[in-house]
Amino acid sequence: MTTEAISKKSLFTPFNVIAGLILALGAVLTVWRFTQGLGAVTNLDNNNPWGIWIGFDLLCGVALAAGGYVTSSAVYLFGMKKHHAAVRPAILTAFLGYLFVVVALNYDLGRPLRLPYPFVVQSGTTSMLFEVGLCVALYLTVLFLEFSPAALEWLGYKRLRNTIHKCTIALTIFGVVLSTLHQSSLGALYLIAPSKLHPLWYSTYLPTFFFVSSAAAGMSMVMLEGWLSHKPFHNVMSDEYLGQHDDLYYGFAKGASWVLLGYVFIKVIGVAVDNEWSMLASGWGQWFLFELLGFALLPSLLYAIGARERNLKLIRWTALLTVVGIVLNRLNVSLIAFNYHLPSEMRYFPSWQEVGVTLFVCTMLVVTFKFIVTRMPIFYDHPEYKDEH
Amino acid sequence: MKRRNFLGLMGAAGISATLATEAQAGGNIHFEGYPGSKGVLFDATRCIGCRKCEVGCNEVNNLPKPAKPFDDLTVLDTERRTQNEAYTVVNKYVQEDGTTVFRKIQCMHCLEPSCASACFVSAFAKQPSGAVTYDESVCVGCRYCMVACPFEIPTYTYNDPITPKVVKCDLCDANIKAGRIAVPGCVSKCPKEALIFGERDELLKIARNRIEAAPDKYLDHIYGEREMGGTSWLYLSGVPFKQIGMREDLGVQSGPELTSGALSVVAMVPALWPLLLAGVYGMTKRTDKINKKEKADAVAEAIATTQDKAKADLKTAMERAQADKEATVKREVAKALEEAAKAAEEGEKEEEGA
Repeated sequence: MTTEAISKKSLFTPFNVIAGLILALGAVLTVWRFTQGLGAVTNLDNNNPWGIWIGFDLLCGVALAAGGYVTSSAVYLFGMKKHHAAVRPAILTAFLGYLFVVVALNYDLGRPLRLPYPFVVQSGTTSMLFEVGLCVALYLTVLFLEFSPAALEWLGYKRLRNTIHKCTIALTIFGVVLSTLHQSSLGALYLIAPSKLHPLWYSTYLPTFFFVSSAAAGMSMVMLEGWLSHKPFHNVMSDEYLGQHDDLYYGFAKGASWVLLGYVFIKVIGVAVDNEWSMLASGWGQWFLFELLGFALLPSLLYAIGARERNLKLIRWTALLTVVGIVLNRLNVSLIAFNYHLPSEMRYFPSWQEVGVTLFVCTMLVVTFKFIVTRMPIFYDHPEYKDEH
Repeated sequence: MKRRNFLGLMGAAGISATLATEAQAGGNIHFEGYPGSKGVLFDATRCIGCRKCEVGCNEVNNLPKPAKPFDDLTVLDTERRTQNEAYTVVNKYVQEDGTTVFRKIQCMHCLEPSCASACFVSAFAKQPSGAVTYDESVCVGCRYCMVACPFEIPTYTYNDPITPKVVKCDLCDANIKAGRIAVPGCVSKCPKEALIFGERDELLKIARNRIEAAPDKYLDHIYGEREMGGTSWLYLSGVPFKQIGMREDLGVQSGPELTSGALSVVAMVPALWPLLLAGVYGMTKRTDKINKKEKADAVAEAIATTQDKAKADLKTAMERAQADKEATVKREVAKALEEAAKAAEEGEKEEEGA
């Protein structure tokens, strides 16, 4: 095969063609959104001020990017040292996750250029959103620093890389603090609207629900990404990464199983504290049970079985089930069970443009991820820094 | 931002949160609104649904004229909500007995507004005058105020691509402060005195007197006296408030109270998590160290034992080798001597024979 044929082949892969089409569509939608306004491209209205750009892009994006703090704290703080090869992929996905959450947020804000206003012009410190904004901004910085050694090794800035590397533990602890705060605050956003969110989902424990489920989401997402990355990026994965990979699955499956079980407990406590047992028989109650039993209790059991029987395949599919469950939960709180009291014709359903922008943002994330892992030492150690852990 | 600054900020956030919600934190202080603040009393038994209040609002605020004129009362056949072009609307509710009751909607001007509590740039403020005002110049357009408002009042200019903003009634605060008008536009146009503008405390007295004077005509409840922590707009009705589109399940807790608990935990997280995590890290490291030391000790011991054994083996081997060597030397010497003796003997024999 000639070199010309190789380059031709590598340019028009199915992945590149589909990603290219989505990016082109996204560019059109971007121009449309910023020249014609939110009203032209979204189904948002005065009763439904938040759509999927908040419900999916922000809430699900942040929850699914929890793999960063979960993995780095497990490895650096809780002694799962032998899995250190899993940290970089997890940190990279978390960093890109948060980065594109902020990108997506700029589509949703009426005046995106004013995004720094809460910190530089006037602060509304009684707002849960202020806390979310502050923590996300700081955590994005922390993730950038945590990720930067990989980029600096690639670029060859040895001294800067070593300085940042020395801060690993401090950054990890700071990352956990910030994640605890904003993961829970995303749930706390809805505390102010008890009359709009269905009582089964509304609870004064919402912040705790969001934080605990984010830990399960983080672990599941790390496993899911490992599964999805395996084939396309096998050639850039070190023997060390591949060698400890199965073990990481068993460890995280066990951890996620316990976390999900705890999550089920506190959700039941939420129902009990507000004495909402009778609501479980209603249509909303069935939907609530479907979410809780099918996407929290079931994966908890399946993870336990998978870890016990060393069944990789089961663990991987359970990771997918858990991730779907987290998405379902966040969409329930933000969109499906939100404004449940409104008549159906006044309820929100996303426009195709909103879905298009979300797809566009997700595609940008995947393309950036691919760009970085095929170039920088993510799935393998840079030869010059091989032995320092 | 540096960690120290962050902690300082978080501490400040926690403190200001505590101060803002002193009512709960202190337990014995309750904010009942600014003294002398103004409000409006709406009496549903007097409202005839003429939409004159809508006209007044439209004129005072220079809003665009609606497609259907204000005197077209067929508009009332569909339930409406506030819009960017209408800060207030009147709705018609047909009761089971066929009578109609009208209800006016606008910002309730809460004593402790959810929108103000939710806004992360403090664009909303409860004025001592009683009005809840909005400052467009700092608004980022996140629309969390619309999520937070229990009365579903604020609207948004979604179709403005560059400078969209939140829109809601400001109780004509700007116009009254500028001296252009004395009472809100809607109140001034009401022909039936279904609307009264005045100090909230006075309005509560008037409302109570009306209920007392005609207990059969009125429900014994002043809507807004305690709902969501109290509102500057107060409602009287002859039919249950639910039947004129008002929610009876909002509770008496104000918006800020709903989030104060979660906010108070915020400061605890950066204060305690690092200690706990550093402790866990320390324990992990110590365990590591102990494990390493134990391993090293075990290895050293194993090496020592092996070495001793090897030494002993070597010694025996050396000794044996030495003995072997000596024996060999002895044997060789003996052999040489023997051979020499033999040679000498043979020499003698030859000499003899020759």
